[in-house]
Amino acid sequence: MSVSNRYQLPDISVRLTDELIMQHIDESSRVIDLGCGDGRLLERLRREMNCRVQGIDVERSNLVSVIQRGLPVIAANLDEGLTDIPSSSFDFAVLSQTLQQVKEPRQLLTEMLRVARRALVVVPNFGYWRVRMEVLWHGRTPVTSNLPYEWHESPNLHFMSMFDFRDLIQSMGLTIVKESPIIRGHAVDRAWAANLRADSVFYLLEQRLQ
Amino acid sequence: MSAHSKPQSARPPTQSVGIVKPETVSLFTDSPLTLVSGQTIGPVTVEYETYGRLNDARDNAIFVCHALTGDAHAAGLCNPNDRKPGWWDALIGTGRGIDTEDYFVICANVLGGCQGTTGPGSVNPETGHRYRLNFPFLTVSDIVSVHSELVRYLEIDRLCGIVGGSLGGMQVLEWSVRFPDQIAAAIVVASGHRLSAQGIAFNAVGRRAIYADPGFEQGNYDPKNPPRFGLALARMIAHITYLSEDSIELKFGRRLQDSDEFAFDMLKETEFQIESYLHYQGKRFVQRFDANSYLYLSRAMDYFDLKESYDTLAAACKRATCRFLVVSYDTDWLFPTSQSRELTTALMEVRKHVSFLELNCSFGHDSFLIDIDPLAELIQPFIDQTHADERRRMTGTSKICPPVTSGL
Repeated sequence: MSVSNRYQLPDISVRLTDELIMQHIDESSRVIDLGCGDGRLLERLRREMNCRVQGIDVERSNLVSVIQRGLPVIAANLDEGLTDIPSSSFDFAVLSQTLQQVKEPRQLLTEMLRVARRALVVVPNFGYWRVRMEVLWHGRTPVTSNLPYEWHESPNLHFMSMFDFRDLIQSMGLTIVKESPIIRGHAVDRAWAANLRADSVFYLLEQRLQ
Repeated sequence: MSAHSKPQSARPPTQSVGIVKPETVSLFTDSPLTLVSGQTIGPVTVEYETYGRLNDARDNAIFVCHALTGDAHAAGLCNPNDRKPGWWDALIGTGRGIDTEDYFVICANVLGGCQGTTGPGSVNPETGHRYRLNFPFLTVSDIVSVHSELVRYLEIDRLCGIVGGSLGGMQVLEWSVRFPDQIAAAIVVASGHRLSAQGIAFNAVGRRAIYADPGFEQGNYDPKNPPRFGLALARMIAHITYLSEDSIELKFGRRLQDSDEFAFDMLKETEFQIESYLHYQGKRFVQRFDANSYLYLSRAMDYFDLKESYDTLAAACKRATCRFLVVSYDTDWLFPTSQSRELTTALMEVRKHVSFLELNCSFGHDSFLIDIDPLAELIQPFIDQTHADERRRMTGTSKICPPVTSGL
């Protein structure tokens, strides 16, 4: 069965993620966007919320686009950590739909909360019922709509569910300030059987207060 | 606006700035310039070139800082029969990275140089003799003092941008922290906040080659009969540091120059193509460069250390108010990417607007003079955005972009 015929876990819309992220960012704060792409979100944060922004990306075409928006951007590979970014230099670190693609998600989350006070993360939920069905009925590994690749070529390296992600956060001693399951294109504050019904989840994380 | 809105192929053809004439001006005529060493010098003659037109608002000036052995001739041709255009011609011109339709570009020969600006080869007005090694000790900071004065002489309050590679990048950094109000944007290419010990080592060998030449005569050589062997050797050594292992391999490999077989002749000077190339580089250099200038300028490069001058690199960076674009090359081992990263981190630490990018190019340190397109692709939007934001700032219509000041 080709990938295109299989069920593809939907990647939530850019508009929705942007809105969700912006709702949780304070005006005039300092924001770093990891894997900022063409800088779309950064520009909105600057224009609409007067934030001081910084982008990080690895693709040269993306870096040029961010510079074309008049915004600062640094070339870095998230797999190599955030070694160039000084500690506590931002209020918010954003990582949207990328955590499952980095080699060491745990290390990156640690790094995010080293450079910023709070981390905003959007992750796919591979515990979603349709993914489970796919595995159960067809015996096939999950695929997401933005990344409809075969298993051996997919940038998705990690397949975690909402429960798995919570476990990781707990084991790292971090606090989940906010968890919003995203169900059929809507972010909700809480939901019945969220791990079964949500295709993605938004998290606002911070270091546990001492 | 996206990266794809301006595809390379759809761009109109670019154009050179054409025939250019250098200009000279005498600065520090009333009161001499006090140098970092405490010595004074004045008046200082500066040779410079300009391209494009300064607009009525006088807000579209870009200053280009040249590297160790560069000159004011950054773009265009000196005469219609000129064989080679200026050293950054591919970057400067109509439709190029620094578009002379929109910007007024200034490039000046550095203090201590030998291509029109006062240097060791100039005549000291007080004695009537050439300065030679009586020329005052020189630093990057002193070079920048003269550039800065030239900008004031041209009645430009604030430069839209300053850009330079290698020693030129050091000037850009020094300028941005010494005269922050004079600059809106700084572009540092293939450079760093200081030269590595390895870089100093190569400079030391170059200087030693000049000193050891019997024709050097403590700097008192006849300009018509300079220490050409020493100076050529200095250039050959330095030139190796500007290349990369890959570029040498690709361009010359182990190929022989005149024959397919070894000559087995110890007195044959050049057998391999790379030998011939370096000899040629050395010979050509002697025709255009003064040995004493080389000593002074390479020392200035060794001495430059932003960290040392301001305790920490972050403290130095904190003084700057402009936005930065830092660019390195993956094959540059004279100013490796790690240095650009260190600079970028320091700028971020003090909350500066900074963009950093490593370009892939096989030409080593010299990449910034050779592989212009990827550089232009970054510089052009960076300058355009700075210019637009400066305009908003000046007209006070800026709500979306507060002036970039330190500590915010």
